[in-house]
Amino acid sequence: MSNRRSFLSALAIAAGIMGAAAFARAQTPPDVVLTNVSYDPTRELYRALNDAFAKQWQANTGQKVTIRTSHGGSGKQARSVIDGLEADVVTLALAGDIDAIARESKRLPANWQSRLPNNASPYTSTIVFVVRKGNPKAIRDWPDLAKEGVSVVTPNPKTSGGARWNYLAAWAYELDRTRSEKEGGDPATARKFVEAVYRNVPVLDSGARGSTTTFAQRAVGDVLVAWENEAFLALQEFGADKFEIVVPSFSILAEPPVSLVDAVVDKRGTRKVAEAYLDFLYTPAAQKIIARNFYRPIKPEAADPADLARFPKIRLVTIDQAFGGWTKAQAEHFADGGTFDQIYKPGGKAVTR
Amino acid sequence: MSTAVLRGWTPSLAKPSVLPGFGITFGFAVSYLSLIVLIPLAVLVWRASALGIDGIWQVATTPRVLAALRVSFFISAAAALVNVVFGAIVAWVLVRYDFPGKRILDAAVDLPFALPTAVAGIALAALYATNGWIGALFAPWGIKIAFTPLGIFIALVFIGLPFVVRTVQPVLQDFEREVEEASATLGAGRGQTVFRVVLPALVPALLTGGALAFARAVGEYGSVIFIAGNMPFVSEIAPLLIVTRLEEFDYAGASAIATVMLVISFAALLVINSIQAFGRRRFGHA
Amino acid sequence: MHDGVFGEGRLVRWTLIALAIGFLVLFLVLPLLAVFSEALRRGAAAFFAAFDDADTQAAIRLTLLVAAIAVPLNLVFGLSAAWAISKFEFPGKSVLISLIDLPFSVSPVVSGLVYVLLFGAKGLLGPLVDDWDFKIIFAVPGIVLATIFVTFPFIAREVIPLMQEQGTADEEAALTLGASGFRTFLTVTLPNVRWALLYGVLLCNARAMGEFGAVSVVSGHIRGLTNTMPLQVEILYNEYNFVAAFAVASLLAGLALVTLGAKSLLEWRHGDALSPARRH
Repeated sequence: MSNRRSFLSALAIAAGIMGAAAFARAQTPPDVVLTNVSYDPTRELYRALNDAFAKQWQANTGQKVTIRTSHGGSGKQARSVIDGLEADVVTLALAGDIDAIARESKRLPANWQSRLPNNASPYTSTIVFVVRKGNPKAIRDWPDLAKEGVSVVTPNPKTSGGARWNYLAAWAYELDRTRSEKEGGDPATARKFVEAVYRNVPVLDSGARGSTTTFAQRAVGDVLVAWENEAFLALQEFGADKFEIVVPSFSILAEPPVSLVDAVVDKRGTRKVAEAYLDFLYTPAAQKIIARNFYRPIKPEAADPADLARFPKIRLVTIDQAFGGWTKAQAEHFADGGTFDQIYKPGGKAVTR
Repeated sequence: MSTAVLRGWTPSLAKPSVLPGFGITFGFAVSYLSLIVLIPLAVLVWRASALGIDGIWQVATTPRVLAALRVSFFISAAAALVNVVFGAIVAWVLVRYDFPGKRILDAAVDLPFALPTAVAGIALAALYATNGWIGALFAPWGIKIAFTPLGIFIALVFIGLPFVVRTVQPVLQDFEREVEEASATLGAGRGQTVFRVVLPALVPALLTGGALAFARAVGEYGSVIFIAGNMPFVSEIAPLLIVTRLEEFDYAGASAIATVMLVISFAALLVINSIQAFGRRRFGHA
Repeated sequence: MHDGVFGEGRLVRWTLIALAIGFLVLFLVLPLLAVFSEALRRGAAAFFAAFDDADTQAAIRLTLLVAAIAVPLNLVFGLSAAWAISKFEFPGKSVLISLIDLPFSVSPVVSGLVYVLLFGAKGLLGPLVDDWDFKIIFAVPGIVLATIFVTFPFIAREVIPLMQEQGTADEEAALTLGASGFRTFLTVTLPNVRWALLYGVLLCNARAMGEFGAVSVVSGHIRGLTNTMPLQVEILYNEYNFVAAFAVASLLAGLALVTLGAKSLLEWRHGDALSPARRH
């Protein structure tokens, strides 16, 4: 008898507690999880940004948001999203990859780039070189990459966004150099130049981070062609006493864009948070974090001047100016059978130290 | 109770038996096997066959693929060879001798089976890098181990280590000492006895173990990619090339290379089975 | 030890022992030590801090989940197949046994590839999976499937030879005494193979938790969601976070040591109750 009574009272207490908990829970919105599919080098950047956004969102709405990120070569990530990788937002290396997602999977509208400021790019970057301390091969500018005996490390354009910016930067350099000889530069010379550079490439990693690892950790190659932010990070991680950054005379303005994946956020009911997350990237707080992580903020006034001073001054050209936009560039250079396929013959001589 | 009541229902496939449950266990086993293993493998072959035999041949004979297969093949063979030699020594020592720590070492031989390949990969990369414990010993001579084919070799020796030892140990254990003693009483020196009497009986086990080590090494991925340089034509292994093609979303190419590797694995399996059959016929054991 | 007229002589003996020990220390002990040494390079505080990371904790949870699904499923399969193979006669038995061993000879990368080709969006069943709105590739089910594939033979190949050796006498006796088939299985067969079963479960579990290549191909590498511990090790390593990478790796290495220890214990204490190939 008393057993039954104590059992019933225990049950009642448990029910009461659970009811109270449920009531309390109902007052706060349920936790939400966002998935951000990003490109390779942004690991550290988004760790910082996600932290800041989660704090801010919790403070504003009381809701706990967790942002999961996936990193890899931009092209590879885009194709994963097309293949079903469920991303609430994509933050990739170039507009062409997000265009591909829109086109192939129809999960976001074709006008995605006009939905956010600055062509949906909250930060920009450019392409520079990293060499070993002392610059033993005297690499100063783009032509040095094509010299005999120089080993160049750059990722695989078929999978990496940074790799495509690298390729186009080299091409654009030669176009720019020959602009006095021909209107808009001589494509034939540009092609010969890029071909010579890729003859010096011993290995193509699948992402920008992979190339940095190959150059810095595995000690392969004389020069790494990299995102500016990767270059700074490499110096920070491996020591400024091991490597130097060489700033070329000319480079390309890289605009990595971001976008919602509408089909996914509508299905998962996360549109509000996802939109807030992307908007957050343009706020002064985020722009400050962006500058601190070696990415060029589009609102420099919000950033710490000391961070801004690190960015070298380079003469930059945009993809629209030099190539007429990503759609054209992608089709001409990186599609199957494009110029990259035509000129890349693997088996460049490797120089390891 | 009549045996008729006890007779379990067995479909005409199996010989009649008193034991029940053939239908359900056989059915489940075959279904599970088909779903998990056979159908996916069939899809691979089907996908590759979409290219046609010519297509597969074309993919398989592009210089880069050939180079990757060569790298995988030759380094795996070299590693298997080292494992055969040293594995034989280790098996001999573990079976015939006693020394402090023998039990621990005996247990440790199975470490490559139990340790995740990624863990082995980063450990070996750390050890053999130019600033690692072992790499630092060779660095002054300009010898680089990590991120070169030599690094791949080391990783594949690690991976194949238990195969030879564990195949030879039981054979050596069961070996009749009387035969050795007879050989000695007939005047053979110890060396002669070992190399002319004992070793031949171990040959099937050595070959089987070596073939198993080789087959495992050819397909190995996790422990190699951290220590290899992954440079095409130099230190790029075939499994890595499959992953690269997959990342480029070249499914056909990836399937073609995977099919070639499957064929190699099956050939190795066939070789192993025939060695074992030969060993059984000749010596009464595998 | 074989002393006397028929022995090798002390010099040869100790040279061989030295060679064997040297080889094993170089290839086995040193890498193991390297893992723990690198993990503790910045001291115990940094080591434990590695496990505070939410992504790492999620990876540990996912690894445990995958093993908790793959191992029991392969256990049921192993026992089923062993019962059918060892207690009955049917044509094609050796073919079945060879087929069971198939995943052993397939490269882990290929093991993952086959599931992408089957269930990926461009795969054979891709559109079907999409219709059901059930994610396989780039999600946990794909990881589970790939893990089941690579650990498929482990339990079966421990139990089958043993049950074949044991024959049907015990079971037939139980049946004549009136036990039902299932009861016979539970009370007669299972106890006969329990140590071999445990052995197989140990190996299966170790491989399930440590699989890298196959899982890497099917996972989407989404931090905190589809990364198992080995994948997390790779990610940490690629982010220059070596201490954390080796800290997680040391957890896996610890698991390997426990597996080895349990394995050895089984072999010493119950060696005669294991599969014929294991008795040494």
